[in-house]
Amino acid sequence: MSAASLYEWVQVSFFMALAFPLLSMVLAQLIPERNERAIHRVVLGAALGQMALTVLGVAAWIAHGGHAIDVPEFELYGSEAYVFLIDLYFDGDSAAFLVVGSLLYSLIIRYSSAYLHQEPGYRRYFVTVSLFYFGYVWTLLSGNFETLFVGWEVLGFSSFLLIAFYRTRYLPVRNAVKVFSIYRIGDVGILLAMWASHHLWHENITFAQLHNAQLVLEHLEGHSLEGMFISLALLVAASVKSAQGPFASWLPRAMEGPTPSSAIFYGSLAVHMGVFLLLRTAPFWEHQVPARILIGLLGLVTAILSFFTARVQSNIKSQIAYSSIVQIGLMFLELALGWHALVLFHAVSNALLRSYQLLASPSVVSYRIRDQFYHHQEQVEEPWSWIPETWRLQVQRRAILEWHLDRVITRLVFKPVKALGHRLDFLNGRNVAVVLLPCYGIGWAAWWMQEDLPAALQAVLPSVFAALAMALVFRAFTERKSAGVAWLLVVMSHLWVALAVSLNEHFGLDHVAWYLSGIAGGAVLGGWVLVQIKRQPGARYGLSTYQGQVAHAPVLHALFIPALLSVMGFPISLSFIGEDLIFSHIHADQPVLATLNAITFIFGGIALVRLYARLFLGPDVRAHIGVPNRTA
Amino acid sequence: MNSWHAGSSFDEPRLLHDLHHTLPSQAPLKDFVHHNTLHALQDLPFDEAMVVATREWGHRTYAPIEHFRERWALGEISQKQLHRAMRKHGFDEADRSAMLSEPLPEVPSARIGQIRIQWKTNRQINLDKHIHSRLFTLIAGYLDQGVGIWRMASANAGGLWAAVRAMEAPNPGVLFRSKRAQAYMSAHSEPDLPELLQALVQDESFWYAYLWDQAFAHPGWSGLVAQLERNPSGLMDRREVSMKDFIALELLMEWEVLESLHGADWEALRPSWPEPDGESRLRRNHRILACWQEAWEWTRYDQVLSGLAVEAAQPVDRAQRSGLPTDLAYQALFCIDDRECSIRRHLEAEQPAASTFGVAGFFQIDCTFQPANAQFATKCCPGPLNPSHRVTESQAEQRHVRDAHLSRHSHGLFGGWITAQGLGFAAAWRLAKNILAPSDSPAMVRSEWHMDPLGTVHFWDGDPALEGQHGFTKDEAVNAMGTLLRSVGLVDGFAPVVYLMGHGASSLNNTHYAGYDCGACSGRSGSANARVAAALLNDPEVRLGLAGRGIRIPLSTWFIGGLHDTTRDAFFFYDAAIWPAFAQHAHEREWPGMQRALEANAVERARRFDGISKRQPARRIHAQVRQRAQRLFEPRPEWNHATNHLCLIGKRSATRNLFLDRTAFLHSYDAASDPTGKVLAGILNAVVPVCGGINLEYYFSKVDNDRLGAGSKLPHNVVGLLGVANGMDGDLRTGLPLQMVNIHQPYRLLVVVDAPVKLADHVLRASPATLEWIENGWVHAVVRDPESGLFHRWEAGGFRGHQPEITVPRQVASWAEAIAGRCESIEVLRKVAPTKSVAS
Repeated sequence: MSAASLYEWVQVSFFMALAFPLLSMVLAQLIPERNERAIHRVVLGAALGQMALTVLGVAAWIAHGGHAIDVPEFELYGSEAYVFLIDLYFDGDSAAFLVVGSLLYSLIIRYSSAYLHQEPGYRRYFVTVSLFYFGYVWTLLSGNFETLFVGWEVLGFSSFLLIAFYRTRYLPVRNAVKVFSIYRIGDVGILLAMWASHHLWHENITFAQLHNAQLVLEHLEGHSLEGMFISLALLVAASVKSAQGPFASWLPRAMEGPTPSSAIFYGSLAVHMGVFLLLRTAPFWEHQVPARILIGLLGLVTAILSFFTARVQSNIKSQIAYSSIVQIGLMFLELALGWHALVLFHAVSNALLRSYQLLASPSVVSYRIRDQFYHHQEQVEEPWSWIPETWRLQVQRRAILEWHLDRVITRLVFKPVKALGHRLDFLNGRNVAVVLLPCYGIGWAAWWMQEDLPAALQAVLPSVFAALAMALVFRAFTERKSAGVAWLLVVMSHLWVALAVSLNEHFGLDHVAWYLSGIAGGAVLGGWVLVQIKRQPGARYGLSTYQGQVAHAPVLHALFIPALLSVMGFPISLSFIGEDLIFSHIHADQPVLATLNAITFIFGGIALVRLYARLFLGPDVRAHIGVPNRTA
Repeated sequence: MNSWHAGSSFDEPRLLHDLHHTLPSQAPLKDFVHHNTLHALQDLPFDEAMVVATREWGHRTYAPIEHFRERWALGEISQKQLHRAMRKHGFDEADRSAMLSEPLPEVPSARIGQIRIQWKTNRQINLDKHIHSRLFTLIAGYLDQGVGIWRMASANAGGLWAAVRAMEAPNPGVLFRSKRAQAYMSAHSEPDLPELLQALVQDESFWYAYLWDQAFAHPGWSGLVAQLERNPSGLMDRREVSMKDFIALELLMEWEVLESLHGADWEALRPSWPEPDGESRLRRNHRILACWQEAWEWTRYDQVLSGLAVEAAQPVDRAQRSGLPTDLAYQALFCIDDRECSIRRHLEAEQPAASTFGVAGFFQIDCTFQPANAQFATKCCPGPLNPSHRVTESQAEQRHVRDAHLSRHSHGLFGGWITAQGLGFAAAWRLAKNILAPSDSPAMVRSEWHMDPLGTVHFWDGDPALEGQHGFTKDEAVNAMGTLLRSVGLVDGFAPVVYLMGHGASSLNNTHYAGYDCGACSGRSGSANARVAAALLNDPEVRLGLAGRGIRIPLSTWFIGGLHDTTRDAFFFYDAAIWPAFAQHAHEREWPGMQRALEANAVERARRFDGISKRQPARRIHAQVRQRAQRLFEPRPEWNHATNHLCLIGKRSATRNLFLDRTAFLHSYDAASDPTGKVLAGILNAVVPVCGGINLEYYFSKVDNDRLGAGSKLPHNVVGLLGVANGMDGDLRTGLPLQMVNIHQPYRLLVVVDAPVKLADHVLRASPATLEWIENGWVHAVVRDPESGLFHRWEAGGFRGHQPEITVPRQVASWAEAIAGRCESIEVLRKVAPTKSVAS
C-alpha cells in the first residue's frame, strides 16, 4: 500500500469511527423500546466497529510515522466576510484519548446491556450514551475552536440527559440542571476564546497552525493582553469540564445516573476533557508564563483542597469523584510544567482506574465490612495528630462542606443573575408585547437611519441593546409563573442580539437572516407545544416547581426537545453557525459587547433547560400516591 | 395513626416513641434482614392499614388497577372469586363497571408534609433545599463505618449533638454561621426540643405534626438513627446516636437557614390545619383494589389447595409413606426458605428413595459465630432470639484478600498519583476480563467464606478456644437437637446419612448481599449452624440423651453438615475426614445424583434469567448461572425470595409431587407426633413472622417501589457502609431495590397447616402475637385436617370451613417438562410417575 493511500485510509477510518456512534444512536431510536436485544446489538455493534477502526487506524497511523493529520477544512458556510470551517485534526493526544475512549465505551456498552435489563428507559440510555460518545470523539478530532465547540455542546447536553436519566425523581433532575448550568459557564470561556482568536489571528486558526511556534510568537508579539485573555478563557472552560478550582462540586453531583454511565463519563472520559483542551491548546498558552503559573497553581490548590475533601467523604461515589479531581489537579500542574507525555499517561490511567472503581463501588460494602471484620482496630488514630486540634477541625469541617464551593458559585454567578432578573419582574407576558415589541421596532428604525445618529449614540447603542438582550435572558431565568413568558423572553433576546450586532457593523441582512432562521422554526414549534401543555386539563404551567409533564404528554415532550435545541443554538440548527457569525461582527476592541453576547447566549441556554426540566421532568405533580420522595 | 390530632400540648416522649415505632426499621446493610415494611400498622386490619398508609403517607398499597384488570382479561382471576370478593367488600352487580372499566376515584394528597410545607407556601422558604444535603452529610460523616478515610474528629464525643458541638466549640462559625444557633449550641450540652421548636412554630399543638413531617421527609436517615438508638451494637465502629439529637440538629439548622434569610429575629411559622378531604374517595378507591387483591389471591390459593386436595386423594404409596430405613437412600434437612423448594424437588426426582425435610435453617443452633482471625462475633440465629452460645473457628484460612484497586491509597495525593498510574491499565484489564470471562475476585461475597471447610469449629462448653464464652453443654445439645428432630417429625426411620443443609448466597457488586443469605441465621450463611448441628447429632452422649427422650438414632446413621449455595447451585460438605466408611460410601453413591439435581435446579432457575440460552446442555446452563455470582454487571445474581407467597407446614408427601415453582416456604411437620400442639406452636411462632415479614417486604417493595422499596439499584451510592442512597444528596433508601422484585407477584402469604383444626385453633389462640398477623389479614391461614381432608380458613376470629374452587392441576411426567419453554409464572402442576408403558 502506498503511503498516500494508507494516509487516506487512516483518515477514513477516523471519520467512520465518528459516524458509528451517531448512526447507532439513530438506529437504536427507531427500534421499539421493548426490544432490548436489538437495541443493544445495534449499539454494541457500532461500538465494536468504531473500536476496531480506531485501533486499526491508530496502528496504521503510528506505522505511518505518527505525524499529526490535519484534514482539509470543510466549509460549512461562507461569504466574503465570514466562513465557518469544520476542521479535523489528529495527533498523539487524540490517539491516546480515542483509543482509551473507544475501549471503555465498548466495555461499558456491553456492561450496561445486562446491567440495565428491564430498566425503564433502556433505549433512552443507549441513545444518550451514543450521543455522548459522538460528542466525545468529535471533540477529540476537532481541528479548530468552532469544530471543538460543536462537540463541547453535544457533551454538555447529553450529560444533562444522562444525569437526569431518572427523570421522575427530583434530585437527578435538579442536579442535572445544576451541572448543565456550570457546564455552560465553561462554554462562555470557549465562546470568548473563539471570538478573541478570530481577532488575534484574523482567520479561523486551526490547532495544527498552533504548533507553528514561530507563528504563535509572532501573533502574540504586542498582543499579550489578547493572548492572556484567550488563555484565561480556555482555562475557565477547561477547569469547568475537569471540575477544577471553584467548579469542583459539580462532579460528585453528576453521579445520579446508572453507575456505568457515571463511571465512564464522570469518572473518566468527560472529566478529562478539560485536560485534553489544555493539551490541545498547549502550544498556544505555553508561551505565556503567567498562564502557565495560573494553570499550575489552580491545579495544585485544587489537588490539595480536594485531597481533604476526599478524605472525609462518607459516600463512595463522592470519594472517587474527589480522588479523581485530585489527580486531575496534579495533571494541571504537570501540564504547567510542560510534562505532556506524563499528563497523557496519567490521564489515561486515571480514567481507567476511576471507571473501574466506580463500577465496583457497590462491592465496597462487603469488601470493607469484611476488611473491618477481620482487621478492625478499636482506637483509630486521629488523622494527622501532629497538627493542632483546632487546625484539624478547621480543615475537617470545611472539607465536609466541600469548602463551600457550591455556595461560592451560587453567590458569584447565579445569585446576581437572579437578583437582576427579579428586578425585571414587571415584564410579564403582556408587558413583553406592549413594551418590548414597539421598542424593537424603534431599534430597527435606528438601524435604518444609523447614518444620521450621533456617533456617540452609534457607538453605545449595540452595547445597550446587547445588555437588554442579556437582561431578558436573566428575566427568563427567574420566571416562575409562566413557561410561555420565559420562552418568549429567550426568543426575544435573540432578536435583540441580532439588532445589536447589526448596528455594530455594516453587513448584509443575510447574516441576521441566517441567525434568526435557525431560531424561528424552533421558537414557533416550542411556543405551540407550550400552548398545548397549557390547554391540558389539570396541567400546571408555572415554573416554581418540577412538574413531570413527560408522564402525561410524551409526544409533546418529544417535540419540544428539537425546539429547545434550536432556540438554544445547539449545533443541530443553523442558529449555531449564526451565533458564531454574529460574534465575528464584534470587534476586537469590544470585549464588553462580546462578553454580553456570550453571557446572553449561555444564560439563554440555562434558562431554556431550566424551563424544560421544570415543565417536563421531575416527580409528577398530579399524582398523589407512589410519588418518589424529594430526597429519594 | 393520625399525626394531625396529637393533642394541644407537646408530648415529647410520645413523639419519640411513635417515631421509633413508625419509621422504617432497617438495620445497616451488613445486617439486612427482611421484615414487614409497614410493621407499625400491623395492629390494624390489612385493608384498613392500607387506607391509613395512603392517607397519611401517600404510599401505593396495592398493585395498580391495570394489573388486576389485565389479569382478569387473561382469565387469571376467576369469576367466582371476584363475585365472592365483591360480596364480601359490599359491592353488588351494579358496581361491576366500577371494578372492570371505570377510572378509579382519585386519592387525596397525603397528609405527610402538609404542615412543614407551609414554610414554602406561606413564606416562600424552602427549608429542605438548604438543609437536607448538609444534614445527611453530617449524620453520614458521624456514623460512617469505613468509607471515609478520616472519621469525624469528635466521633467519640458521646452522641451526635455532642460531636457537632465539639467540632464547633474551638472556633464556631463554620457549620453554623447563625449567631443565634451558635449561642444556643454553646449554651446547651443537651438539646431541648421545646425551646428549639418555640422559635420555629408558634402553636404548640402543631409541634408533633411538624416533627412528624420533618422525620418523614427523610425516612431513611431518621429510620436508621432510630434503629441504631435501639440497637447500638449494629455498628462495628460504635457511635452513640439518638433520635432526639438528630431532630435537634435539624431544628438548629432550620434556625440557621431562617437567620440567613430573615435575620436573627425571624418570625415563627403560624401554620394552619389543612381541610381533610377525599376520605370517601380514598375508601372507595381502596375498597375496589382490596376486592381485586382478594379475588386474585384466592384464585391462586385455591389452585394450590386444589393441588393439595388432589394429591391427598391419591392412593397411598406405601413405600413412600412408611419410610422403612432399608428403603431410604438418604434424608436431608433444608431450610424452609422458598429457594430450597425446587432443589428438594430435584433431589427427590433424582433419588426417589430420598426424603427431604424443611426446618428453620439455623438448626436450633442459636449462636454467635466468630471466624478465625475475626475481630467480632456475628449472630447466627433468627433475629428475635438472643443467642446464648458461642461458636469459634480455628486453623482456618483467611478469607479476606486485599485488593489494591479498592485500597484507600488510591484516594490520596501521592498514593493516588502512584496508584492511578500504576494500576490504571490493570483496572482496564480486570474490567475487560470481568465482562468477557468473569472469575472470582476479592470483592465478591461467597457463601462458603462464612466458615472455612478445612478449619476446626469449637462449640462444646469448656473448650479453651471459646475463651470463656458459653458453648453447648451436652444437655443443651440434647435439648436443641431433640427440638430440631421433633419439629420436622424425624424421630425414627433414620437413613444411613442425614444431611443438614444450610444455605447461603454469592454475589459481586451487591449491596444487599446480607438479604440473600439465610434469614434464620440473621443474614448469614447457614454453614456453621449446619456443621455444628451435625456434630452434635453425631456425638454419642447426645445420642444417648436423645434416646432417653424417645429418639433413637441407630449407629448406622451419620449426620453430615453441608451448605447449599443458592446462587451458584453448589453443595459443600463438612468434616468429610471423620465420616465413617458407611457414610462415605453412601455419600459417594448419592453424589452424582445430587450433582444432576443441582444442574436441574440451575436449569429451572435459568428460565427466569435473561441472556442464558435454554437450548444448551444443562452443564453449560449451570456454568452460566454460576457466572452470575462473579459479574460486576449482574444486578440479579439470583432472584432471592421473589415470587414467594406460600408457606406449607406439613408432611413432605403432601407436596412432593406438586410443582409450586419456587414460591413456597416448606416446613415439615407431623401432627400425629404432636398431640399437644407444642411443636406446631414453635413452628408457627417462628414461621409466621419470618415468612410473613419476607413476604410483606416483597409485597410493598413491589407495589410501591419508589416509596416503600429502594428504587432502581443501578444508580445506588454506598453511604458509610450503612445503606444506599441515590447520588450524593439523597436520603438512605429502605426496602428492596427494583431489581429484586421485577418478577415478584404481590400476593400475601398463605400459610397452610396440615393439622386437626382444633389443634391449630388452640395453638393460634395461645399465641396472640402470631394470631395478630392472621387475624388482621397480613397473612392468610388455612388448615387442612389430615383425617377429613377438609380445609378451614381463618376469617373474622376463627377457622371456618373453606370450599376451594377446585381446578385439577395439569399433569406432567417430569419437572423438566413442567418448565420447558416457560419464563413466566407457572400454575400448579402435578407430576405423575411415568407408567410402565412410558418407561419401557
